[in-house]
Amino acid sequence: MTSSDAASRIIARGLRTSVTALVGLAGVYVLAIRFTPIEARQGVAQKIFYLHVPSAWCALLAFSLVGIASALYLWLQDPRLDRFAAASAEVGVAFAAVMLTTGPIWAKPIWGTWWTWDARLTLTLFLFFLFVGYLALRASLHDPAERARLSAVVGILGMLLVPFIHLSVYLFRTLHPQPIVLKPSAPSLPPEMLRTLLVSTAVFTLLYVGLVTMRYGLAVAEEAREEAGDAA
Amino acid sequence: MPETLRLALAIAGKDIRAELRSRTALVSAVVFAALVLVVFNFARDPTALSAVDLAPSVLWVTFALAAMVALNRAFTVEREHGALDGLLLAPLPRSALFAGKLLANLAFVGTVEAVTLPLFILFFNVDLRAALPGIIGVTALATVGFVSVGTIFSAMAVRTRFAELMLPVLLLPFMVPPLIGAVQVTARLLAGRPLSEMLGWLRLLALYDVVFVTLCTMVFPAVVDE
Repeated sequence: MTSSDAASRIIARGLRTSVTALVGLAGVYVLAIRFTPIEARQGVAQKIFYLHVPSAWCALLAFSLVGIASALYLWLQDPRLDRFAAASAEVGVAFAAVMLTTGPIWAKPIWGTWWTWDARLTLTLFLFFLFVGYLALRASLHDPAERARLSAVVGILGMLLVPFIHLSVYLFRTLHPQPIVLKPSAPSLPPEMLRTLLVSTAVFTLLYVGLVTMRYGLAVAEEAREEAGDAA
Repeated sequence: MPETLRLALAIAGKDIRAELRSRTALVSAVVFAALVLVVFNFARDPTALSAVDLAPSVLWVTFALAAMVALNRAFTVEREHGALDGLLLAPLPRSALFAGKLLANLAFVGTVEAVTLPLFILFFNVDLRAALPGIIGVTALATVGFVSVGTIFSAMAVRTRFAELMLPVLLLPFMVPPLIGAVQVTARLLAGRPLSEMLGWLRLLALYDVVFVTLCTMVFPAVVDE
């Protein structure tokens, strides 16, 4: 029963972190709507930026960590790395879904179109498909060791695919707003907007940590139950 | 290294002989490619779009779908009667096994493409004569990369339920860079553009081949070893 107790503790910790993050998210809404100036040219539509960019950041963080955990898994064969990769992929797909829905909602009034085959949109869409495939593969395999090995291979190949998709779609002219925070010169965002963005990014990252912890604890619990089932 | 190559050729030879004796998968894949071309013909309005404008995308979508059907076969034949276990017990390095399967798949997909191309010229009435050597070259360059990834995923997919569905879901995202590159180069070849306009795409295709053939050879043991 010790491993299922450990699982409950991990899930409880994840739940506390997630609830804290959700309270923080309510704060982000207030901060973004009430205390951040309205962008002069885009108007109220720009507010979605404070959800879109942090969820994109979390999705990319999640997928990068899946790639790294996959490579480490094939090397160290530690089941914890596999559980983490699975948890991160699931949460990453959820954030990617938020990114891919908030993007078009903003794009319709600003670009005049829901979707465009721009470099970054295409890249993130294929990342989303790639990780949906990753999760589908996991779901269709039963043996935990085999599932861990095969999904680690997909994780590694996926990590290497990203620069290729980026290069191949970048050769089409890009319409996406250029980087405004993480770029060589100083951030070109007004300080209030930058503050809201950074707070929101921190809250989203906390939410990512909370959800991954919960999902990780759930995986531990599932394994404990499977083992108990095997023993009986 | 010649030893590895000899073993790889032996594996590939075994696959090709087995396929030539039954011919079921090859014939089905070729018929499938022909059907895709026929369907495409009904999907276009000949008065609105000239065949040559549509040619690169029709050709490459057909190649991609036919390759998918062809790749599904690679490891399903090994699953029956524990043939894969026999191969894994045989005294040969995993890299030779992967290279052999890759060569057999390339021969298989290459044959399907070689039959599709004349059918395409026939159905769509496009004059490819001037661009033909270039099209054959870019087809080879693009095919090596995605067939290499496809070989890995085919070995993976046979271990899952819904193997026929799992392969396309996993492989299609990996087909995107080679397909975009190949379509762009084919379009420029048909338009008679100079080589300098294709160089960037050709470099991307070559880089993709080098990276993914190397990487797939490295991760292949993790896919087949218990």
